[in-house]
Amino acid sequence: MRFDSLLDSLGHTPLVGLPSLSPGPSVRLWAKLEDRNPTGSVKDRAAFYMVQAAEKDGLLHPGATLLEPTSGNTGISLAMVARLRGYRMVCVMPENTSAERRELLEMYGASVIFSPAEGGSNEAVRVARQIAAENPAWVMLYQYGNEANARAHYETTGPELLADLPEITHFVAGLGTSGTLMGTGRYLREHVPTVQVIAAEPRYGELVYGLRNMDEGFVPELYDPSVLTGRVSVGSADALARTRQLLNAEGLFAGISSGCALHAALAQASRAAAAGQRADIVVMIADGGWRYLSTGAYSGSLEEAEERLEGQLWA
Amino acid sequence: MSIEVRIPTILRSYTGGEKSVQGSGATLAELIADLDSRHPGLAGRLTDESGLRRFVNVYLNDEDVRFLGGLEAKVNDGDTVTVLPAVAGGAIGAA
Repeated sequence: MRFDSLLDSLGHTPLVGLPSLSPGPSVRLWAKLEDRNPTGSVKDRAAFYMVQAAEKDGLLHPGATLLEPTSGNTGISLAMVARLRGYRMVCVMPENTSAERRELLEMYGASVIFSPAEGGSNEAVRVARQIAAENPAWVMLYQYGNEANARAHYETTGPELLADLPEITHFVAGLGTSGTLMGTGRYLREHVPTVQVIAAEPRYGELVYGLRNMDEGFVPELYDPSVLTGRVSVGSADALARTRQLLNAEGLFAGISSGCALHAALAQASRAAAAGQRADIVVMIADGGWRYLSTGAYSGSLEEAEERLEGQLWA
Repeated sequence: MSIEVRIPTILRSYTGGEKSVQGSGATLAELIADLDSRHPGLAGRLTDESGLRRFVNVYLNDEDVRFLGGLEAKVNDGDTVTVLPAVAGGAIGAA
């Protein structure tokens, strides 16, 4: 396959079967390999769409500064496109994210402002809003509420999946900004009304929920529960175990949020198998394992890995 | 008294610091009412006149109850109910 530039190669990622993890020929699991995007994560789709939309709206000009709260992947995608287009990139990132993400951001020329670990991404959003207010000329694309984030998936991920797997019965993805689930979910439901759209939500240790009261909670503006048919909470022990299972059973070296999605997908698979129903279940592989090597997720016993992961944002 | 309910840090002032408490009921609404009888004020932090509060997520055996009927979701002995505040996610390399 030939493309004019790296950006032009966005999307059209492989959908590969997971024969060893599938319960049988009538209940099959499929992995959408989003690590095969220009900077190595699903976030390239949203980032490029958001930048394109802002350019179209006349918000960006050479020398403009982009500001974004990010746990890493969106920042990396934005930093790459910003470098190519001549924008400056400032990321607000929780300090408890992996070293690789920080290094990648800096490599692409982004400045990183750290927000306190306590409060996780909530806190990054709060700090970014504050900085945006102090720097009115900066452009915050704001992935949690930017329609182009979900639209990227409505226009690319959804059609790709339907073309490759018209018999799709379930779509399972990690829940963060909800852009992937909203865009892909909407497209699939329009074309396959019976499709199940399942969100797999990472459940972290206490630190990440360090709110002072319940009213400080956060629901992304993009999130519309009517697009989903289910939402599952997955703890780090299960996410880690499934991440390793992907590697051991299928040879797939994926990031930890993919293990989270796989855990939810396998529950759907067991349910379908027990009910004697046919199922073709797509699991989103948001990124590869490279960005998490320093977390120790892939070495030693599961218990050790879980301990090392405590308090870190792994997705 | 055989449904385990896990309580997040910021609500443990209502449970005397306990991380998890036991309760009973046939539905989530009944379970919350039962908990409130021993941990007064807890129900008001979880629900308002519209149902579950916006930033409160409740999971029944890891599934979000909003997709299982909300406060009318059926609960059974041996179930685990987890209460968590809604936070900005990090999934999918998200965010």
